[in-house]
Amino acid sequence: MTFLTMLPLFLGGLLGLFVAAGASDTVLYAHGLLLFLFCVLGAFWVLKRGGDAGGPARVTDDGIEYNGAIVRAGVIATTFWGIVGFLVGLVIALQLAFPVLNFDLPWTNFGRLRPLHTSAVIFAFGGNALLMTSFHVVQRTCQTRIAGGFAPWFVFWGYQLVILMAATGYLFGVTQSKEYAEPEWYVDLWLTIVWVVYLLVFLGTLWKRKEPHIYVANWFYLAFIVTVAMLHIVNNLAVPISFGSTKSYVLFSGVQDALTQWWYAHNAVGFFLTAGFLGIMYYYVPKQANRPVYSYRLSIVHFWSLIFLYIWAGPHHLHYTALPDWAQTLGMTFSVMLWMPSWGGMINGLMTLSGAWDKLRTDPVLRLMAISIAFYGMSTFEGPLMSIKAVNALSHYTDWTIGHVHSGALGWVGMVSFGAIYFLAPRMWGRERLYSLRLVSVHFWLSTVGIVIYASAMWVSGIMQGLMWRAYDSLGFLEYSFAETVEAMHPFYVIRAIGGGLYVLGAFIMAWNVYQTTRGNLRDERPYETRPATQPAGAQA
Amino acid sequence: MTFEDVAVFSRTWGLVYMVAIFVGVLIYALRPGAKKKFRDAAQIPFKED
Repeated sequence: MTFLTMLPLFLGGLLGLFVAAGASDTVLYAHGLLLFLFCVLGAFWVLKRGGDAGGPARVTDDGIEYNGAIVRAGVIATTFWGIVGFLVGLVIALQLAFPVLNFDLPWTNFGRLRPLHTSAVIFAFGGNALLMTSFHVVQRTCQTRIAGGFAPWFVFWGYQLVILMAATGYLFGVTQSKEYAEPEWYVDLWLTIVWVVYLLVFLGTLWKRKEPHIYVANWFYLAFIVTVAMLHIVNNLAVPISFGSTKSYVLFSGVQDALTQWWYAHNAVGFFLTAGFLGIMYYYVPKQANRPVYSYRLSIVHFWSLIFLYIWAGPHHLHYTALPDWAQTLGMTFSVMLWMPSWGGMINGLMTLSGAWDKLRTDPVLRLMAISIAFYGMSTFEGPLMSIKAVNALSHYTDWTIGHVHSGALGWVGMVSFGAIYFLAPRMWGRERLYSLRLVSVHFWLSTVGIVIYASAMWVSGIMQGLMWRAYDSLGFLEYSFAETVEAMHPFYVIRAIGGGLYVLGAFIMAWNVYQTTRGNLRDERPYETRPATQPAGAQA
Repeated sequence: MTFEDVAVFSRTWGLVYMVAIFVGVLIYALRPGAKKKFRDAAQIPFKED
Protein backbone atom coordinates (compact mmCIF):
# COMPACT_ATOMS: atom_id res chain seq x y z
CA MET A 1 0.00 0.00 0.00
CA THR A 2 2.74 2.43 0.99
CA PHE A 3 4.73 1.42 -2.08
CA LEU A 4 1.75 2.12 -4.34
CA THR A 5 1.54 5.59 -2.79
CA MET A 6 5.28 6.30 -2.86
CA LEU A 7 5.92 5.25 -6.45
CA PRO A 8 3.75 7.95 -8.10
CA LEU A 9 5.19 10.52 -5.70
CA PHE A 10 8.72 9.45 -6.64
CA LEU A 11 7.91 9.62 -10.36
CA GLY A 12 6.14 12.95 -9.88
CA GLY A 13 9.16 14.39 -8.05
CA LEU A 14 11.46 13.20 -10.82
CA LEU A 15 9.18 14.76 -13.43
CA GLY A 16 9.22 18.03 -11.50
CA LEU A 17 13.04 18.08 -11.57
CA PHE A 18 13.10 17.29 -15.30
CA VAL A 19 10.60 20.06 -16.03
CA ALA A 20 12.65 22.53 -13.98
CA ALA A 21 15.91 21.44 -15.63
CA GLY A 22 14.54 21.75 -19.17
CA ALA A 23 12.55 24.93 -18.63
CA SER A 24 13.38 27.88 -20.85
CA ASP A 25 11.20 30.32 -18.90
CA THR A 26 11.21 31.22 -15.23
CA VAL A 27 7.60 30.37 -14.47
CA LEU A 28 7.90 26.80 -15.78
CA TYR A 29 11.17 26.46 -13.85
CA ALA A 30 9.45 27.56 -10.64
CA HIS A 31 6.43 25.34 -11.28
CA GLY A 32 8.69 22.32 -11.93
CA LEU A 33 10.35 22.92 -8.56
CA LEU A 34 6.91 23.35 -7.01
CA LEU A 35 5.88 19.91 -8.29
CA PHE A 36 9.14 18.46 -6.93
CA LEU A 37 8.51 20.07 -3.54
CA PHE A 38 4.90 18.85 -3.56
CA CYS A 39 6.02 15.24 -4.11
CA VAL A 40 8.79 15.39 -1.51
CA LEU A 41 6.50 16.87 1.15
CA GLY A 42 3.82 14.33 0.15
CA ALA A 43 6.27 11.45 0.59
CA PHE A 44 7.32 12.69 4.05
CA TRP A 45 3.70 13.12 5.04
CA VAL A 46 2.73 9.60 3.89
CA LEU A 47 5.71 8.09 5.74
CA LYS A 48 4.95 10.05 8.89
CA ARG A 49 1.38 8.77 8.93
CA GLY A 50 2.65 5.22 8.49
CA GLY A 51 -0.05 4.21 6.03
CA ASP A 52 -2.90 5.81 7.98
CA ALA A 53 -4.88 7.64 5.32
CA GLY A 54 -6.90 9.70 7.78
CA GLY A 55 -8.90 7.54 10.13
CA PRO A 56 -11.82 8.90 12.10
CA ALA A 57 -11.59 10.44 15.53
CA ARG A 58 -14.69 8.48 16.43
CA VAL A 59 -16.07 5.41 14.72
CA THR A 60 -19.80 5.82 14.13
CA ASP A 61 -22.43 3.61 15.74
CA ASP A 62 -22.66 1.28 12.79
CA GLY A 63 -18.90 0.71 12.93
CA ILE A 64 -18.01 2.41 9.64
CA GLU A 65 -14.66 4.19 9.72
CA TYR A 66 -15.56 7.24 7.65
CA ASN A 67 -12.68 9.40 6.52
CA GLY A 68 -13.58 12.58 8.37
CA ALA A 69 -10.11 14.12 8.16
CA ILE A 70 -10.44 14.84 4.45
CA VAL A 71 -13.77 16.58 5.00
CA ARG A 72 -12.18 18.70 7.74
CA ALA A 73 -9.35 19.62 5.37
CA GLY A 74 -12.04 20.57 2.85
CA VAL A 75 -13.79 22.86 5.34
CA ILE A 76 -10.52 24.71 6.02
CA ALA A 77 -9.55 24.94 2.33
CA THR A 78 -13.00 26.11 1.24
CA THR A 79 -13.11 28.82 3.89
CA PHE A 80 -9.57 29.94 3.12
CA TRP A 81 -9.96 30.11 -0.67
CA GLY A 82 -13.37 31.73 -0.28
CA ILE A 83 -11.80 34.63 1.60
CA VAL A 84 -8.93 34.90 -0.90
CA GLY A 85 -11.25 34.84 -3.91
CA PHE A 86 -13.76 37.33 -2.45
CA LEU A 87 -10.96 39.70 -1.41
CA VAL A 88 -9.40 39.71 -4.87
CA GLY A 89 -12.89 40.33 -6.25
CA LEU A 90 -13.25 43.34 -3.97
CA VAL A 91 -9.86 44.63 -5.11
CA ILE A 92 -10.75 44.44 -8.80
CA ALA A 93 -14.17 45.99 -8.14
CA LEU A 94 -12.35 48.92 -6.54
CA GLN A 95 -9.89 49.04 -9.44
CA LEU A 96 -12.78 49.52 -11.85
CA ALA A 97 -14.11 52.37 -9.73
CA PHE A 98 -10.68 53.88 -8.97
CA PRO A 99 -8.15 52.92 -11.69
CA VAL A 100 -5.27 54.31 -9.66
CA LEU A 101 -5.46 51.05 -7.67
CA ASN A 102 -3.90 49.22 -10.62
CA PHE A 103 -0.64 50.76 -9.32
CA ASP A 104 0.77 50.76 -12.86
CA LEU A 105 2.45 47.42 -12.20
CA PRO A 106 2.02 44.41 -14.48
CA TRP A 107 1.37 42.02 -11.57
CA THR A 108 -1.38 44.07 -9.99
CA ASN A 109 -3.31 45.27 -12.99
CA PHE A 110 -6.92 44.35 -13.60
CA GLY A 111 -6.12 42.14 -16.59
CA ARG A 112 -4.11 39.73 -14.45
CA LEU A 113 -6.11 39.98 -11.24
CA ARG A 114 -9.47 39.36 -12.89
CA PRO A 115 -8.71 35.73 -13.87
CA LEU A 116 -7.15 35.32 -10.44
CA HIS A 117 -10.51 36.32 -8.94
CA THR A 118 -12.67 34.14 -11.22
CA SER A 119 -10.45 31.09 -10.83
CA ALA A 120 -10.14 31.60 -7.08
CA VAL A 121 -13.89 31.79 -6.49
CA ILE A 122 -14.99 29.18 -9.04
CA PHE A 123 -12.23 26.61 -8.90
CA ALA A 124 -10.54 27.24 -5.56
CA PHE A 125 -13.56 28.10 -3.39
CA GLY A 126 -16.26 26.29 -5.41
CA GLY A 127 -14.01 23.37 -6.31
CA ASN A 128 -12.96 22.80 -2.71
CA ALA A 129 -16.60 23.06 -1.60
CA LEU A 130 -17.42 20.32 -4.11
CA LEU A 131 -14.49 18.11 -3.06
CA MET A 132 -15.40 18.59 0.60
CA THR A 133 -19.11 17.86 0.22
CA SER A 134 -18.79 15.10 -2.37
CA PHE A 135 -16.32 13.23 -0.15
CA HIS A 136 -18.69 13.64 2.78
CA VAL A 137 -21.94 12.86 0.97
CA VAL A 138 -20.69 9.85 -0.96
CA GLN A 139 -19.37 8.24 2.23
CA ARG A 140 -22.54 8.87 4.22
CA THR A 141 -25.09 7.93 1.57
CA CYS A 142 -23.15 4.81 0.52
CA GLN A 143 -22.44 4.00 4.17
CA THR A 144 -18.88 3.07 3.45
CA ARG A 145 -15.44 4.59 3.84
CA ILE A 146 -14.12 6.51 0.88
CA ALA A 147 -12.20 4.29 -1.54
CA GLY A 148 -8.52 4.36 -2.31
CA GLY A 149 -6.40 4.90 0.83
CA PHE A 150 -4.30 7.96 0.06
CA ALA A 151 -5.92 8.60 -3.31
CA PRO A 152 -8.51 11.08 -1.93
CA TRP A 153 -5.62 12.97 -0.31
CA PHE A 154 -3.81 13.06 -3.62
CA VAL A 155 -6.97 14.55 -5.15
CA PHE A 156 -7.21 17.15 -2.39
CA TRP A 157 -3.56 18.23 -2.35
CA GLY A 158 -3.09 17.79 -6.09
CA TYR A 159 -6.02 20.14 -6.61
CA GLN A 160 -4.45 22.74 -4.29
CA LEU A 161 -1.30 22.50 -6.42
CA VAL A 162 -3.39 23.20 -9.54
CA ILE A 163 -4.74 26.32 -7.85
CA LEU A 164 -1.29 27.45 -6.75
CA MET A 165 0.26 26.96 -10.20
CA ALA A 166 -2.67 28.61 -11.98
CA ALA A 167 -2.76 31.60 -9.62
CA THR A 168 0.98 32.31 -9.64
CA GLY A 169 1.03 31.80 -13.41
CA TYR A 170 -1.65 34.46 -13.94
CA LEU A 171 0.26 37.02 -11.91
CA PHE A 172 3.35 36.49 -14.07
CA GLY A 173 1.36 36.68 -17.28
CA VAL A 174 1.08 32.97 -18.09
CA THR A 175 -2.35 32.38 -19.62
CA GLN A 176 -3.87 30.77 -22.69
CA SER A 177 -6.55 33.50 -22.65
CA LYS A 178 -9.55 31.19 -22.58
CA GLU A 179 -12.06 32.50 -20.07
CA TYR A 180 -12.33 30.20 -17.00
CA ALA A 181 -9.71 27.95 -18.67
CA GLU A 182 -6.73 30.29 -18.43
CA PRO A 183 -4.11 27.83 -17.09
CA GLU A 184 -1.52 26.71 -19.62
CA TRP A 185 -1.02 23.20 -21.01
CA TYR A 186 1.11 21.71 -18.21
CA VAL A 187 -1.34 22.79 -15.48
CA ASP A 188 -4.16 21.36 -17.62
CA LEU A 189 -2.34 18.03 -17.82
CA TRP A 190 -1.78 17.97 -14.07
CA LEU A 191 -5.46 18.77 -13.44
CA THR A 192 -6.42 15.94 -15.80
CA ILE A 193 -4.45 13.46 -13.70
CA VAL A 194 -5.96 14.78 -10.47
CA TRP A 195 -9.46 14.71 -11.95
CA VAL A 196 -9.20 11.13 -13.22
CA VAL A 197 -8.10 10.00 -9.75
CA TYR A 198 -11.06 11.97 -8.32
CA LEU A 199 -13.43 10.12 -10.66
CA LEU A 200 -11.88 6.76 -9.71
CA VAL A 201 -12.14 7.54 -5.98
CA PHE A 202 -15.79 8.52 -6.39
CA LEU A 203 -16.66 5.50 -8.54
CA GLY A 204 -14.72 3.19 -6.22
CA THR A 205 -16.75 4.45 -3.26
CA LEU A 206 -20.01 3.94 -5.15
CA TRP A 207 -18.79 0.47 -6.15
CA LYS A 208 -18.35 -0.71 -2.55
CA ARG A 209 -21.49 0.94 -1.21
CA LYS A 210 -23.53 -0.82 1.48
CA GLU A 211 -26.70 1.00 0.45
CA PRO A 212 -28.22 -0.62 -2.68
CA HIS A 213 -29.71 2.60 -4.08
CA ILE A 214 -27.40 5.40 -5.23
CA TYR A 215 -28.81 8.54 -3.61
CA VAL A 216 -29.67 11.37 -6.03
CA ALA A 217 -26.99 13.74 -4.70
CA ASN A 218 -24.36 11.27 -5.91
CA TRP A 219 -25.87 11.30 -9.39
CA PHE A 220 -25.37 15.04 -9.54
CA TYR A 221 -21.78 14.77 -8.26
CA LEU A 222 -21.02 12.04 -10.77
CA ALA A 223 -22.44 14.06 -13.67
CA PHE A 224 -20.32 17.01 -12.49
CA ILE A 225 -17.10 14.97 -12.32
CA VAL A 226 -17.58 13.15 -15.64
CA THR A 227 -18.72 16.18 -17.61
CA VAL A 228 -16.02 18.49 -16.26
CA ALA A 229 -13.41 15.88 -17.31
CA MET A 230 -14.83 15.88 -20.85
CA LEU A 231 -15.11 19.69 -21.06
CA HIS A 232 -11.65 20.24 -19.64
CA ILE A 233 -9.93 17.87 -22.06
CA VAL A 234 -11.67 19.06 -25.23
CA ASN A 235 -11.38 22.77 -24.52
CA ASN A 236 -7.71 22.52 -23.56
CA LEU A 237 -6.48 20.61 -26.61
CA ALA A 238 -3.32 22.58 -27.33
CA VAL A 239 0.21 22.18 -28.59
CA PRO A 240 3.03 23.68 -26.48
CA ILE A 241 5.71 25.44 -28.52
CA SER A 242 8.24 23.26 -26.66
CA PHE A 243 8.29 21.15 -23.52
CA GLY A 244 10.48 23.80 -21.95
CA SER A 245 7.95 26.59 -22.42
CA THR A 246 4.74 27.62 -20.74
CA LYS A 247 3.36 28.90 -24.05
CA SER A 248 1.04 26.79 -26.17
CA TYR A 249 -1.34 27.22 -29.08
CA VAL A 250 -4.88 25.88 -28.95
CA LEU A 251 -5.88 23.29 -31.51
CA PHE A 252 -8.97 25.03 -32.84
CA SER A 253 -9.09 28.45 -34.39
CA GLY A 254 -11.66 31.09 -35.26
CA VAL A 255 -15.32 30.36 -34.70
CA GLN A 256 -14.65 26.67 -33.94
CA ASP A 257 -12.44 27.75 -31.08
CA ALA A 258 -15.06 30.22 -29.89
CA LEU A 259 -17.78 27.58 -29.92
CA THR A 260 -15.59 25.03 -28.11
CA GLN A 261 -14.66 27.69 -25.55
CA TRP A 262 -18.27 28.64 -24.79
CA TRP A 263 -19.47 25.07 -24.89
CA TYR A 264 -16.86 24.56 -22.17
CA ALA A 265 -17.56 27.73 -20.25
CA HIS A 266 -21.31 27.44 -20.16
CA ASN A 267 -21.10 23.85 -19.02
CA ALA A 268 -18.63 24.91 -16.38
CA VAL A 269 -21.63 26.90 -15.14
CA GLY A 270 -24.03 24.02 -15.81
CA PHE A 271 -22.06 21.14 -14.39
CA PHE A 272 -19.49 22.69 -12.04
CA LEU A 273 -21.55 25.50 -10.54
CA THR A 274 -24.99 23.91 -10.95
CA ALA A 275 -25.00 20.10 -11.01
CA GLY A 276 -22.31 19.81 -8.35
CA PHE A 277 -23.98 22.31 -6.05
CA LEU A 278 -27.37 20.66 -6.62
CA GLY A 279 -25.68 17.60 -5.13
CA ILE A 280 -25.03 19.77 -2.06
CA MET A 281 -28.66 20.91 -2.04
CA TYR A 282 -30.08 17.40 -2.27
CA TYR A 283 -28.13 16.17 0.73
CA TYR A 284 -27.64 19.12 3.08
CA VAL A 285 -31.06 20.76 2.81
CA PRO A 286 -32.92 17.57 3.84
CA LYS A 287 -30.34 17.00 6.59
CA GLN A 288 -30.56 20.51 7.99
CA ALA A 289 -34.36 20.61 7.75
CA ASN A 290 -34.54 17.03 9.07
CA ARG A 291 -37.06 16.17 6.37
CA PRO A 292 -36.66 14.02 3.26
CA VAL A 293 -36.54 15.77 -0.09
CA TYR A 294 -39.98 17.03 -1.22
CA SER A 295 -40.22 14.62 -4.17
CA TYR A 296 -37.62 12.01 -4.93
CA ARG A 297 -39.32 11.35 -8.26
CA LEU A 298 -39.04 14.99 -9.23
CA SER A 299 -35.34 14.83 -8.37
CA ILE A 300 -34.88 12.06 -10.97
CA VAL A 301 -36.73 14.00 -13.68
CA HIS A 302 -34.77 17.10 -12.59
CA PHE A 303 -31.44 15.31 -12.95
CA TRP A 304 -31.91 13.77 -16.39
CA SER A 305 -33.58 16.75 -18.00
CA LEU A 306 -31.00 19.16 -16.57
CA ILE A 307 -27.98 17.26 -17.85
CA PHE A 308 -29.50 16.55 -21.26
CA LEU A 309 -30.42 20.20 -21.85
CA TYR A 310 -27.47 22.09 -20.34
CA ILE A 311 -24.88 20.66 -22.70
CA TRP A 312 -26.51 22.45 -25.68
CA ALA A 313 -26.86 25.94 -24.20
CA GLY A 314 -23.30 27.23 -24.82
CA PRO A 315 -23.87 28.98 -28.19
CA HIS A 316 -25.99 31.68 -26.47
CA HIS A 317 -22.65 33.30 -25.55
CA LEU A 318 -22.02 33.91 -29.26
CA HIS A 319 -25.19 35.66 -30.43
CA TYR A 320 -24.65 37.97 -33.42
CA THR A 321 -21.15 36.64 -34.03
CA ALA A 322 -19.65 34.59 -36.88
CA LEU A 323 -21.32 31.52 -35.41
CA PRO A 324 -24.02 30.25 -37.85
CA ASP A 325 -27.51 31.53 -37.06
CA TRP A 326 -28.97 28.07 -36.60
CA ALA A 327 -26.38 27.32 -33.89
CA GLN A 328 -27.23 30.58 -32.10
CA THR A 329 -30.93 29.74 -32.24
CA LEU A 330 -30.23 26.22 -31.00
CA GLY A 331 -28.31 27.60 -28.01
CA MET A 332 -31.10 30.06 -27.25
CA THR A 333 -33.82 27.39 -27.52
CA PHE A 334 -32.09 24.99 -25.17
CA SER A 335 -31.40 27.82 -22.73
CA VAL A 336 -35.08 28.71 -22.64
CA MET A 337 -36.01 25.05 -22.15
CA LEU A 338 -33.67 24.98 -19.15
CA TRP A 339 -36.25 27.02 -17.28
CA MET A 340 -38.18 23.82 -16.65
CA PRO A 341 -35.57 21.59 -14.97
CA SER A 342 -34.07 24.57 -13.13
CA TRP A 343 -37.36 25.57 -11.60
CA GLY A 344 -38.27 21.94 -11.00
CA GLY A 345 -35.10 21.67 -8.93
CA MET A 346 -35.74 24.94 -7.14
CA ILE A 347 -39.28 23.86 -6.23
CA ASN A 348 -37.97 20.51 -5.04
CA GLY A 349 -35.39 22.18 -2.83
CA LEU A 350 -37.65 24.85 -1.36
CA MET A 351 -40.64 22.56 -0.86
CA THR A 352 -38.44 20.25 1.20
CA LEU A 353 -39.13 22.89 3.88
CA SER A 354 -42.85 22.37 3.46
CA GLY A 355 -44.31 21.81 6.90
CA ALA A 356 -41.10 23.09 8.49
CA TRP A 357 -41.14 26.72 7.39
CA ASP A 358 -40.98 27.82 11.03
CA LYS A 359 -37.40 26.52 11.13
CA LEU A 360 -36.37 29.46 8.96
CA ARG A 361 -37.07 31.66 11.96
CA THR A 362 -34.96 29.68 14.38
CA ASP A 363 -32.25 28.17 12.20
CA PRO A 364 -30.03 30.66 10.33
CA VAL A 365 -28.10 27.83 8.66
CA LEU A 366 -31.28 26.57 7.04
CA ARG A 367 -32.09 30.17 6.14
CA LEU A 368 -28.78 30.41 4.24
CA MET A 369 -29.68 27.26 2.31
CA ALA A 370 -33.21 28.47 1.57
CA ILE A 371 -32.01 31.83 0.24
CA SER A 372 -29.41 30.07 -1.88
CA ILE A 373 -32.21 28.08 -3.55
CA ALA A 374 -34.18 31.29 -4.01
CA PHE A 375 -31.16 32.86 -5.73
CA TYR A 376 -30.81 29.71 -7.82
CA GLY A 377 -34.39 30.22 -8.99
CA MET A 378 -33.79 33.91 -9.69
CA SER A 379 -30.60 33.49 -11.67
CA THR A 380 -31.93 30.51 -13.64
CA PHE A 381 -34.89 32.68 -14.57
CA GLU A 382 -32.69 35.57 -15.57
CA GLY A 383 -30.24 33.42 -17.56
CA PRO A 384 -32.70 32.05 -20.15
CA LEU A 385 -34.20 35.52 -20.43
CA MET A 386 -30.78 36.95 -21.30
CA SER A 387 -30.15 34.15 -23.80
CA ILE A 388 -33.06 35.33 -25.94
CA LYS A 389 -31.42 37.06 -28.88
CA ALA A 390 -33.46 40.28 -28.66
CA VAL A 391 -32.65 40.65 -24.95
CA ASN A 392 -29.06 39.61 -25.51
CA ALA A 393 -28.65 42.42 -28.04
CA LEU A 394 -29.09 44.79 -25.11
CA SER A 395 -27.47 42.80 -22.32
CA HIS A 396 -24.41 41.25 -23.91
CA TYR A 397 -20.98 42.72 -23.10
CA THR A 398 -22.60 44.91 -20.44
CA ASP A 399 -22.51 44.81 -16.65
CA TRP A 400 -25.90 43.11 -16.66
CA THR A 401 -24.00 39.88 -17.38
CA ILE A 402 -21.72 40.54 -14.42
CA GLY A 403 -24.75 41.12 -12.18
CA HIS A 404 -26.37 37.91 -13.43
CA VAL A 405 -23.25 35.85 -12.82
CA HIS A 406 -22.88 37.22 -9.31
CA SER A 407 -26.48 36.62 -8.28
CA GLY A 408 -25.82 33.01 -9.27
CA ALA A 409 -22.32 32.79 -7.85
CA LEU A 410 -22.66 34.79 -4.63
CA GLY A 411 -26.31 33.88 -4.10
CA TRP A 412 -26.55 30.25 -5.12
CA VAL A 413 -23.03 28.79 -5.09
CA GLY A 414 -21.71 30.89 -2.21
CA MET A 415 -24.69 30.65 0.12
CA VAL A 416 -25.27 26.90 -0.32
CA SER A 417 -21.56 26.33 0.33
CA PHE A 418 -21.73 28.46 3.49
CA GLY A 419 -24.69 26.33 4.57
CA ALA A 420 -22.67 23.14 4.01
CA ILE A 421 -19.67 24.58 5.90
CA TYR A 422 -21.87 25.52 8.88
CA PHE A 423 -23.43 22.05 8.75
CA LEU A 424 -20.07 20.28 8.66
CA ALA A 425 -17.97 22.33 11.09
CA PRO A 426 -19.55 21.18 14.36
CA ARG A 427 -20.14 17.62 13.17
CA MET A 428 -16.71 16.99 11.68
CA TRP A 429 -14.92 18.34 14.75
CA GLY A 430 -17.33 16.57 17.11
CA ARG A 431 -18.73 19.74 18.71
CA GLU A 432 -22.19 19.99 20.18
CA ARG A 433 -23.07 23.00 18.03
CA LEU A 434 -21.61 25.94 16.13
CA TYR A 435 -19.72 28.58 18.12
CA SER A 436 -22.49 31.06 17.38
CA LEU A 437 -25.80 30.87 15.54
CA ARG A 438 -26.32 34.63 15.99
CA LEU A 439 -23.15 35.24 13.98
CA VAL A 440 -24.51 32.96 11.24
CA SER A 441 -27.52 35.24 11.15
CA VAL A 442 -25.25 38.29 10.88
CA HIS A 443 -23.42 36.56 8.04
CA PHE A 444 -26.74 35.78 6.37
CA TRP A 445 -27.87 39.41 6.42
CA LEU A 446 -24.50 40.86 5.38
CA SER A 447 -24.27 38.59 2.35
CA THR A 448 -27.92 38.90 1.36
CA VAL A 449 -27.85 42.69 1.51
CA GLY A 450 -24.45 42.63 -0.20
CA ILE A 451 -25.77 40.60 -3.13
CA VAL A 452 -28.90 42.72 -3.50
CA ILE A 453 -26.79 45.90 -3.62
CA TYR A 454 -24.35 44.27 -6.03
CA ALA A 455 -26.94 42.85 -8.43
CA SER A 456 -29.19 45.89 -8.54
CA ALA A 457 -26.23 48.22 -9.16
CA MET A 458 -25.18 46.02 -12.07
CA TRP A 459 -28.72 45.86 -13.48
CA VAL A 460 -28.96 49.61 -13.58
CA SER A 461 -25.45 50.15 -14.87
CA GLY A 462 -25.68 47.30 -17.40
CA ILE A 463 -28.95 48.38 -18.93
CA MET A 464 -27.78 51.99 -18.97
CA GLN A 465 -24.55 50.93 -20.65
CA GLY A 466 -26.43 48.85 -23.26
CA LEU A 467 -28.84 51.70 -24.00
CA MET A 468 -26.00 54.23 -24.30
CA TRP A 469 -24.14 52.01 -26.74
CA ARG A 470 -27.13 51.72 -29.03
CA ALA A 471 -28.24 55.37 -28.86
CA TYR A 472 -28.05 57.21 -32.20
CA ASP A 473 -28.55 60.90 -32.86
CA SER A 474 -30.80 62.33 -35.60
CA LEU A 475 -27.99 62.06 -38.18
CA GLY A 476 -27.39 58.38 -37.45
CA PHE A 477 -24.17 58.87 -35.50
CA LEU A 478 -23.51 57.19 -32.16
CA GLU A 479 -24.73 59.45 -29.40
CA TYR A 480 -22.03 58.55 -26.85
CA SER A 481 -18.35 57.73 -26.99
CA PHE A 482 -17.21 54.65 -25.11
CA ALA A 483 -15.44 56.76 -22.48
CA GLU A 484 -18.71 58.55 -21.73
CA THR A 485 -20.37 55.23 -20.87
CA VAL A 486 -17.46 54.37 -18.57
CA GLU A 487 -17.81 57.71 -16.82
CA ALA A 488 -21.55 57.19 -16.37
CA MET A 489 -20.93 53.82 -14.72
CA HIS A 490 -18.61 55.16 -12.01
CA PRO A 491 -21.25 55.56 -9.26
CA PHE A 492 -22.53 52.03 -9.85
CA TYR A 493 -19.01 50.64 -9.66
CA VAL A 494 -18.66 52.26 -6.25
CA ILE A 495 -22.03 50.85 -5.11
CA ARG A 496 -21.05 47.41 -6.41
CA ALA A 497 -17.80 47.52 -4.43
CA ILE A 498 -19.81 48.34 -1.28
CA GLY A 499 -22.05 45.32 -1.88
CA GLY A 500 -19.03 43.10 -2.48
CA GLY A 501 -17.41 44.51 0.65
CA LEU A 502 -20.39 43.43 2.76
CA TYR A 503 -20.10 39.95 1.28
CA VAL A 504 -16.39 39.77 2.14
CA LEU A 505 -17.13 40.95 5.67
CA GLY A 506 -19.68 38.15 6.04
CA ALA A 507 -17.10 35.60 4.90
CA PHE A 508 -14.65 36.82 7.56
CA ILE A 509 -17.33 36.40 10.20
CA MET A 510 -17.91 32.85 8.96
CA ALA A 511 -14.18 32.08 9.15
CA TRP A 512 -14.10 33.35 12.74
CA ASN A 513 -17.18 31.28 13.61
CA VAL A 514 -15.75 28.13 12.01
CA TYR A 515 -12.37 28.67 13.72
CA GLN A 516 -14.00 29.02 17.15
CA THR A 517 -16.16 25.96 16.45
CA THR A 518 -13.12 23.85 15.64
CA ARG A 519 -11.57 25.01 18.92
CA GLY A 520 -14.68 23.77 20.71
CA ASN A 521 -15.70 27.19 22.00
CA LEU A 522 -19.35 28.13 22.49
CA ARG A 523 -20.37 31.77 22.37
CA ASP A 524 -22.48 32.87 25.31
CA GLU A 525 -25.58 34.09 23.51
CA ARG A 526 -29.34 34.10 23.63
CA PRO A 527 -30.46 30.87 21.91
CA TYR A 528 -33.13 30.87 19.23
CA GLU A 529 -36.50 29.88 20.67
CA THR A 530 -37.54 26.60 19.19
CA ARG A 531 -41.08 26.36 20.52
CA PRO A 532 -43.69 25.73 17.82
CA ALA A 533 -44.67 28.92 16.03
CA THR A 534 -48.36 28.09 16.15
CA GLN A 535 -49.73 27.20 19.52
CA PRO A 536 -53.30 26.21 20.20
CA ALA A 537 -55.31 29.29 21.19
CA GLY A 538 -56.03 27.89 24.63
CA ALA A 539 -52.38 27.45 25.46
CA GLN A 540 -51.81 31.20 25.68
CA ALA A 541 -53.61 31.52 29.01
CA MET B 1 -25.02 14.80 -48.33
CA THR B 2 -25.79 18.51 -48.19
CA PHE B 3 -26.12 20.82 -45.24
CA GLU B 4 -29.92 20.69 -45.68
CA ASP B 5 -29.92 16.90 -45.34
CA VAL B 6 -27.91 17.07 -42.13
CA ALA B 7 -30.12 19.83 -40.75
CA VAL B 8 -33.34 17.96 -41.50
CA PHE B 9 -31.95 14.73 -40.08
CA SER B 10 -30.72 16.36 -36.87
CA ARG B 11 -33.90 18.38 -36.35
CA THR B 12 -36.14 15.37 -36.81
CA TRP B 13 -34.17 12.72 -35.00
CA GLY B 14 -32.81 15.09 -32.41
CA LEU B 15 -36.39 15.83 -31.41
CA VAL B 16 -37.36 12.15 -31.39
CA TYR B 17 -34.26 11.26 -29.35
CA MET B 18 -34.82 13.99 -26.75
CA VAL B 19 -38.53 13.28 -26.38
CA ALA B 20 -37.92 9.52 -26.16
CA ILE B 21 -35.39 10.00 -23.36
CA PHE B 22 -37.68 12.39 -21.52
CA VAL B 23 -40.65 10.01 -21.78
CA GLY B 24 -38.41 7.17 -20.65
CA VAL B 25 -37.32 9.17 -17.59
CA LEU B 26 -40.94 10.08 -16.76
CA ILE B 27 -42.01 6.42 -16.98
CA TYR B 28 -39.05 5.35 -14.83
CA ALA B 29 -39.68 8.01 -12.22
CA LEU B 30 -43.47 7.94 -12.09
CA ARG B 31 -44.28 4.25 -12.54
CA PRO B 32 -46.51 3.21 -9.64
CA GLY B 33 -44.40 0.15 -8.79
CA ALA B 34 -41.47 2.31 -7.69
CA LYS B 35 -43.38 4.29 -5.09
CA LYS B 36 -41.92 2.46 -2.11
CA LYS B 37 -38.44 2.29 -3.62
CA PHE B 38 -38.25 6.07 -4.02
CA ARG B 39 -39.86 6.74 -0.65
CA ASP B 40 -37.12 4.64 0.92
CA ALA B 41 -34.42 6.26 -1.22
CA ALA B 42 -35.44 9.70 0.06
CA GLN B 43 -34.67 8.45 3.59
CA ILE B 44 -31.06 7.48 2.80
CA PRO B 45 -29.51 10.65 4.27
CA PHE B 46 -31.14 9.87 7.62
CA LYS B 47 -29.80 6.33 7.95
CA GLU B 48 -26.54 7.29 9.67
CA ASP B 49 -25.35 9.68 12.43
